[in-house]
Amino acid sequence: MQKYLKRAATLILAVAVLAVGSASCGDGDGATAESYKVGALLSTTGGASNLGVPEANTVEMMVEQINAAGGINGRLLEVIVYNDETDAAKCANLANRLIEQDEVLAIIGPTTSGNSLAIIETVTSAQIPLVSCAASADIIEPVEERYWVFKTPQTDRQVVAEIYTYLQSEGITKIAIMTATSSFGTGGKKYLESEAGDFGLTIVANQVFDEGATSMISQLTVIKGTDAEAVVCWAIDPESAVVAMDMQTLQIDLPLLCSHGIANMDFIAAAGDAANGVIFPAGKLPVVSYVPQTDPQWEVLTTYKADYESRYTGGVSTFGGHAYDALSMVVIALEDLEEGLSLAESRAAIRDNLESISGFVGTGGIFTMSPTDHLGMQPGSLALIEIVDGEWTWKQ
Amino acid sequence: MSIDQFVQYLIVGLTDGSIYALVGLGFTIIYAVTRIINFAQGEFVMIGGMLSYTLATSAGLSIPLSFLVSVLSAAAVGAMMYLFAIRTARRASVISLIIITIGFSIFVRGVAAEIWGVSNVRPPFFSGKAPVSLPFVDAVITPQAIWIIGTAVVVTLLLHLFLKYTMVGKALKACAVNPKAAGLVGINARTMALIAFVLAAVIGGTSGVVMAPHILASYDMGVMLGLKGFVAASIGGFKNPIATVAGGLLLGVVENVAVGINWGPFTSSYKHVIALMVLLLILLIKSGRLASEERAA
Amino acid sequence: MFEFVTSKWRHLVAAALLIFLILLPFNWFLGQYTSIMIFIGISTIVTVGLCLLMGYTGQVSLGQAAFYGLGAYFSAVLSKSYHVNPWLAMLIAAVATGLFAFLIGYPIFRLRGNYLAMATLGIGLIMYILFRQLIGITGGPDGMAGIPYLSIGGFTFDTNFKRYFLVWFFCLAVLFLSQNIVRSRTGRALRAIHGSEVAAESVGINVARFKVKIFVLSAVYASLAGSLFVHHLRFVSPQEFDFIGSVKLVVMAVIGGLASIWGAIFGAGATHLLSNELLLNLGKWDIVAYGIILMLVMIFTPEGLFVALKSASRWLQYNWRDLPGIIKRKRDELPGQMKFFLGRMLLTRLWRKNEP
Repeated sequence: MQKYLKRAATLILAVAVLAVGSASCGDGDGATAESYKVGALLSTTGGASNLGVPEANTVEMMVEQINAAGGINGRLLEVIVYNDETDAAKCANLANRLIEQDEVLAIIGPTTSGNSLAIIETVTSAQIPLVSCAASADIIEPVEERYWVFKTPQTDRQVVAEIYTYLQSEGITKIAIMTATSSFGTGGKKYLESEAGDFGLTIVANQVFDEGATSMISQLTVIKGTDAEAVVCWAIDPESAVVAMDMQTLQIDLPLLCSHGIANMDFIAAAGDAANGVIFPAGKLPVVSYVPQTDPQWEVLTTYKADYESRYTGGVSTFGGHAYDALSMVVIALEDLEEGLSLAESRAAIRDNLESISGFVGTGGIFTMSPTDHLGMQPGSLALIEIVDGEWTWKQ
Repeated sequence: MSIDQFVQYLIVGLTDGSIYALVGLGFTIIYAVTRIINFAQGEFVMIGGMLSYTLATSAGLSIPLSFLVSVLSAAAVGAMMYLFAIRTARRASVISLIIITIGFSIFVRGVAAEIWGVSNVRPPFFSGKAPVSLPFVDAVITPQAIWIIGTAVVVTLLLHLFLKYTMVGKALKACAVNPKAAGLVGINARTMALIAFVLAAVIGGTSGVVMAPHILASYDMGVMLGLKGFVAASIGGFKNPIATVAGGLLLGVVENVAVGINWGPFTSSYKHVIALMVLLLILLIKSGRLASEERAA
Repeated sequence: MFEFVTSKWRHLVAAALLIFLILLPFNWFLGQYTSIMIFIGISTIVTVGLCLLMGYTGQVSLGQAAFYGLGAYFSAVLSKSYHVNPWLAMLIAAVATGLFAFLIGYPIFRLRGNYLAMATLGIGLIMYILFRQLIGITGGPDGMAGIPYLSIGGFTFDTNFKRYFLVWFFCLAVLFLSQNIVRSRTGRALRAIHGSEVAAESVGINVARFKVKIFVLSAVYASLAGSLFVHHLRFVSPQEFDFIGSVKLVVMAVIGGLASIWGAIFGAGATHLLSNELLLNLGKWDIVAYGIILMLVMIFTPEGLFVALKSASRWLQYNWRDLPGIIKRKRDELPGQMKFFLGRMLLTRLWRKNEP
């Protein structure tokens, strides 16, 4: 009994020492005079890890490149990346930590719409600018209530419009929609339902599925029994791949339109030949080889793709691109930052600089921010991509 | 809903149900022998699935060989888990041991995320993916689904025979019924526990290998599957393998038929709620019967 | 609570801890931990209820997050969408959640052991799905933002500093209340049930009724915590209340120590500190380390941290004079002891030798 107690005591003591030791080591020691501190909240584990990992990789890569080239205004760039594990409460907690403990000048991310919406109050009351890498339009609308919040990915509404425009041009009037019950999926569902009428489309089947669902055959069987002429699927890649595969199994010959959530190689790897013929809108990154040199985005796209693929496996993805765009814009805002401002003044100045960015050429598109538009993506930024023989091709 | 569609829902339900049943068997075995709810059961499945992918693609092993190696590896992990995590906690209560399994599952998931990253991967299909059309009805089944259902049947049969006719199996059952009495007749509880863990890991790994081509494998596939398997095992009261399998199949079928009904609340949005409510109902009925049995005894 | 400390020190220790608690949020002290302490306080409230439930009724609740979520969503929806006074909303939430627990409590407690675990799991899962699917009311998977702050008169709890005191006021109130309950007639009845249900029944205690009482109490606590949670984050989403959420609560309860009230603080504290503070420096191996530490804590302190702490302090009380000598001796002996311990463990596990 004595031995057990002693062991327990030793263990507790050891853990306590470890805790205090590492806690005191990890603290931010205020805004260092020698570097600009920026925070990043990315989901490198959890349901959105497919998106978060390329984003984190991109951030890591960019920080090295920028610092190797001399930094910003002679100062080093330091990006503190925290993993919110695709958990909203954790994200809120980490946001507080970045703001109060690490005293960062701006925050990029979070990866998911849910987490972004979760911390809007936090960043607004703390008065720190946030550049989100998530899809939902609600992140930046209504603009009057989103003074401090920006984002870089196209909104789901824009993507839906892209898909519907194509369907309308193909003469399709009846569609079936399959959406995930996740935040991303329900966001898409909202716009798929509300915009359908504007493009002369009727939704004849409306099915949902969970992340981690083992098969979609039942939902697709219901759809097969309707007179739908096309299927629109709104989910990220594992579930979308299963949808594609199950459609092939059930021999449903309808065109499959997906969201921009499948813009990475994992979808093609998982779905195999069922991926062929799938059409989805995304930024131009997946189809760089089709982008003509005359396109203003050509240089940014090819450079980013080459850099990313030389360092990381898995191929370039649009999600990494969103992080690239977000951090680049923050860097631009930092370049114009005056010296000698207090933390609060710096944050406000960065926000103003962000809002006045005009004609920034990013991977997702060309951005011009304004007080009424905190996304600022110019038309022509999205490409309609079709998967042919396991490769992305630009459907003009 | 036409007959064709109903049969289709049934087929998918049986496939999903077989998956749940296989996972649930692992829970049942470990619980019956040790009274521990093994929250890491899903990770055995994950190891089977992920390893079979790596072996079949990167290492280029044939499917039967990668199957064997994956299952053996899962068994090894199961043994390690018992020997180093469970047995080390000697005086722990059952609930503490359960928390240890939770810790172990987190640990294994973390390691898997490091080794394999976060992507979803698909090992090659066992017999290709050309769907097989059923006679008389307009419904299809994929070859992999046939493998899955077949595996569930074979595993259940083998397990049943093992428990009923082999010495070790009977010893396991004895432990399940009354551990103290089993100790009195010379059955070493610790050895039985080890066997239970290894057995559960083998079944888990096997199911992982056979289901991965169908549902895609990833480092966190064990979480949801573990949950479903746990529900299936609950129907069996965590004691009876046959009831566990029945529970799993029922869960799968109810879920998918609910989607198919597509009327009112019986839609894909609420398929889990419906399935869970059916199961809760069964539990209530079962407990009523059980309680009256106890009173009669 | 402090029986293990000799009485002349007891009040000093209690006072010292209270002062520590009060001074913590100040920036010159440990202000950077204010945010995490708020979460710890909120989690403690749920954990106490769970400790009592699991400790005294011997039942595992795998769906406690459902009550946590109910409290959160009631507060959120009522105070934001219907502009009800947040305090009133909190009260309504607690009453509604308690009522819900009462209604499902009676049928559930007729079930035995694992059936009960399954039933609580089922209810937890159903509530989670409902939170996610009833988009019109709950905002769906995106949740709801813009929930108002709590305020008394003109004083609004709009900073972490202010909310810290609010949360810990409730937390300590709940802890003291629970302690009173445990020491009362109800508590004695509960302990009797914990010892032997059959014996308790035979002396006239209505076991089922008491179990339901504790179940309802734990639900009300969880609801209160949920309300405080949303008024702190001003945001609610279903993610916190899924199966993993319920499991986290159980882990907190067990780490703290079942049937222990003050242990709940340790359970909640250890879990939050582990996942938020300790591991952010390990980068990608966070999750692996978390799993290992969780296992180690349970292996070495299976009765919970609080019990271990009590034993440790009792040992300290008797041996503090010998401490320098013991430390020196340990430092010499430890490598050898560790080698022996590990070696023996490996040998007996892998080569099946006789185990002590």
